[in-house]
Amino acid sequence: MMGLAPHMLSNLVVLALLVGLLGLSRWVRRRRIWLESAQAIWQRRRLAIVVIAAYLSIALLDSVAWVGGVPEGVADVLPNQSLSVLDRLFLDTREASYSAPFADFEWTGGEALRHPGSHVLGTDILGRDVLYLALKGARVALLIGGLTSLISIPLALLFGVTAGYFGGRFDDFVFFLISTLASMPGLLLLIALIMALGKGTFSVCLALGVTGWVGFCRLSRAETLKLRELDYVEAARALGVSEVRIIFRHVLPNLAHLIVITFVLTFSALVLSEAVLSWLGIGVDGSWGQMIDGARNELSRDPIIWWNIGAAGAALFGLILAVNSVGDAIRDVLDPRTARTSE
Amino acid sequence: MTALLEVRGLRTAFPSASGPLPVVDGVSFDLNRGEVLALVGESGSGKSMSALSAMRLVPKPGRVVAGSVKLDGEELLDLPVTEMRKVRGGRMGMIFQEPMTCLNPVVRVGTQVIEAIQLHEPVSTADARARALELFAEVGIPDPDQRLDAYPHQLSGGLKQRVMIAMALSTRPEILIADEPTTALDVTVQAQILSLLRDLQQRLDAAILLITHDLGIVNELADRVAVMYAGRLVEVADREALLSDPRHPYTQGLLRSIPALATPGEPLPEIAGVVPSPEQWPAGCRFSTRCPKRIERCAADFPEETAPGEGRRVWCHVQDAPATGEGA
Amino acid sequence: MNDTEPLLRVSGLRTWYPIQQGLMQRTVGWVQAATDVGFTIAPGETLALVGESGCGKSTVGRSILRLEQPQEGEVLFEGRDLLALDADAVRAVRQRIQIIFQDPMASLDPRMRIRDQIAEGMQSFGIGADEGERTDRVAALLERVQLDAAAMDRYPHEFSGGQRQRICIARALAVEPRLIVCDESVSALDVSIQAQILNLLRELQDEFGLSYLFITHDLSVVKYLAHEVAVMYLGEIVEQGPTERIFEAPAHPYTQGLLAAIPSIDPTRRGAAPPVLGDVPSPSNPPPGCHFHTRCNRVMDRCRAEAPTLVSIEGGASRCFLSAEGEGG
Repeated sequence: MMGLAPHMLSNLVVLALLVGLLGLSRWVRRRRIWLESAQAIWQRRRLAIVVIAAYLSIALLDSVAWVGGVPEGVADVLPNQSLSVLDRLFLDTREASYSAPFADFEWTGGEALRHPGSHVLGTDILGRDVLYLALKGARVALLIGGLTSLISIPLALLFGVTAGYFGGRFDDFVFFLISTLASMPGLLLLIALIMALGKGTFSVCLALGVTGWVGFCRLSRAETLKLRELDYVEAARALGVSEVRIIFRHVLPNLAHLIVITFVLTFSALVLSEAVLSWLGIGVDGSWGQMIDGARNELSRDPIIWWNIGAAGAALFGLILAVNSVGDAIRDVLDPRTARTSE
Repeated sequence: MTALLEVRGLRTAFPSASGPLPVVDGVSFDLNRGEVLALVGESGSGKSMSALSAMRLVPKPGRVVAGSVKLDGEELLDLPVTEMRKVRGGRMGMIFQEPMTCLNPVVRVGTQVIEAIQLHEPVSTADARARALELFAEVGIPDPDQRLDAYPHQLSGGLKQRVMIAMALSTRPEILIADEPTTALDVTVQAQILSLLRDLQQRLDAAILLITHDLGIVNELADRVAVMYAGRLVEVADREALLSDPRHPYTQGLLRSIPALATPGEPLPEIAGVVPSPEQWPAGCRFSTRCPKRIERCAADFPEETAPGEGRRVWCHVQDAPATGEGA
Repeated sequence: MNDTEPLLRVSGLRTWYPIQQGLMQRTVGWVQAATDVGFTIAPGETLALVGESGCGKSTVGRSILRLEQPQEGEVLFEGRDLLALDADAVRAVRQRIQIIFQDPMASLDPRMRIRDQIAEGMQSFGIGADEGERTDRVAALLERVQLDAAAMDRYPHEFSGGQRQRICIARALAVEPRLIVCDESVSALDVSIQAQILNLLRELQDEFGLSYLFITHDLSVVKYLAHEVAVMYLGEIVEQGPTERIFEAPAHPYTQGLLAAIPSIDPTRRGAAPPVLGDVPSPSNPPPGCHFHTRCNRVMDRCRAEAPTLVSIEGGASRCFLSAEGEGG
């Protein structure tokens, strides 16, 4: 894996994701309970789901990349630089400096633009098209939310479920761990970890994941404690099923709704945390947070340069709003307490 | 003389994907002064929901969609909410099935009874406490002074239910609605509570609407019995008449399937099948899918109310006296 | 009476739960859930374990299955002492003893299909050569409990309480047990459904030669299904005997009270005074002497100080001084 160029890794991940998504949809279609829930969620939040799908597609466009195939005369492309589909769509849009949306001239100096009237959201101080930058931020945001959850949720489950199910000394140990982590100031711990691991997407995700699993761990431990006492778990024991199998067959599937809800709701919190990290200068390159951080000084100009920060803010707002909205619907549909009563 | 409680055409429905589902579907009965009327049925019959509808306590999203409920001539369903609150607890008291969940676990029981008293009457706390003491003695709670300061978890199921009865009686209501008051209790404690209810009813000449599924309890407490099935009444009669000479096949089936009457070695008589859900109700008699005496018109024609005499009401096309060996 | 070896012989069973308090979790007392419990069940017969809340009947049922850990006693099942087995051997024995719980809503995993739940036991004990064969067996079991075989693809919430209980019975039958512990299995069902389930249990007993340990608080249910009855109060067995004798001539005052407390549907009989007064004492602090003496209407001075032992009487056993003197019934 170390010998792979980063863009090949990204391509493989995209492939794996698509295969995984296909597998998941087949699995859901076979389990009627999940199919009905999925249909119910679609019914309630069509617009929000479409918006999220749009963000996902843009992120995918930015994840598939390869080297070469660049026509002659395009500036700033190194011979071995890989360009994604998104990059290629916006390949030749560079200007020299700031220009407002749909402008023909540069903001400072009044020079004529190379692509007059074509920058829908203007350009930033380096002359890069703002729409292009905002779209590129989608991949980063989804990566932060997704990868971090992929680290924190299994960690939380591992500790929470075993602590809840087996109790005793293991429970005491996990409790000690949780209490220690929860007593440390989160932000400072995060900063320290990122400094130690170095900057970069993976380090930020790792740091966020390692500091963020405590909440869900508590939740899954509490839920497991409850599930452990239910009759059908006892029945499984009476049927000779081993404890480990009981955890996988009876406890985890009945935690699944919690996992989905937690994933969706912490997703937005994670993206917003990254924005704060960018403001502190230790965020991920190319994120909306970084765009906002870089552009805030420009708000004090006269007249105000608003389109850079506006686009990043709007893109961020759009994704978070859609995710929170779908998250509420998912919770209503999946939570056994608010879902349809049986008889 | 008008009845104390007159229910006519009561219909309560819950919304669902396939339209409103009537859980109580056109129920009419009278409760007279000083009388115990038992509303009998199994789960899904609508008996609890009928009582809740009369008190206007139907849980959302359900609502009463039609009918009238008159307390001493006054229509309850039209009353503004503030007026209804005075009726509830004041003129109509209710005892629920699970005393554990009906008492606030973090408040002493004495305080809860005093609260109930002061809600409906302007008395001082000291006076209310004295009243509560009297009530505790009335319902047979030993050491009432100590028990007033107890928390619910320190009391047994039987004692908690006595506290509930004391609370319900504190305002000397005209009607007491008892919803499965002994189902959650042990059988020896149940016998005590039934005896208590009987004494209280005789002493206070109270009208009680008793909701239960247990025909033995009906025999111990009730004067008249109304049997419900799938949201509607199927038979109404005096206690003795119903238990010794049931006319509706469902009542007959219920009486026969009581295991206490079984002959060991022979299969228990059972009512085959299950209660149909509202989506599956036939156009005619709702019991026709399981009725052993079904004739052709039963599934298509809903039986009208008939009055075969002696204050009885039966909804059945077939109605006949049970064959020898059936019934009580 | 059977002269073959009993299927289950329990003796001297004691299961007490520690009450722990304080920072160091010291044991400050014990909930005496079951004390000195003993009985036998013959193959193909039903023993009803009857009592009210807090009497310990559920604890006894679960102790036999090693879902609770007794402190002392002997549970001989097919000749082997279950309390002396290690965890793996216990798992293996579980195939022969199954349990059906009280609450049909909580007994089934809401997110698993019926087929998978019934087949789960078969999988863990290696019954059935492959998935196809297990599916066939599931279909046969569902039909045997009078449900449509198509039910196997549905989920628990689509069934009523009585139907779910049938599914639980099918699940227990799937592993071919010899003894089934029915822990208040019909208590949560409507009377008309109860009759159906009791009939089904009876049929299955005749067909498969099953034995039942039928735990219930409802004596009227017992009359139909049980061959023998054991009455429990505050953790002890107070009376035992064949069903007919218990109903016709109960010896222990508690049994008499229990029978008298059942509301009768005979319209000519009503208004009897409650036979047993007071509340059940807490099992963590049982009364000295005879546990029942605080509520007994025939209490003598001796009962307050001395605890009676289980004595043999005509047709069983009774834990009462009156029975020992031949004055019971």
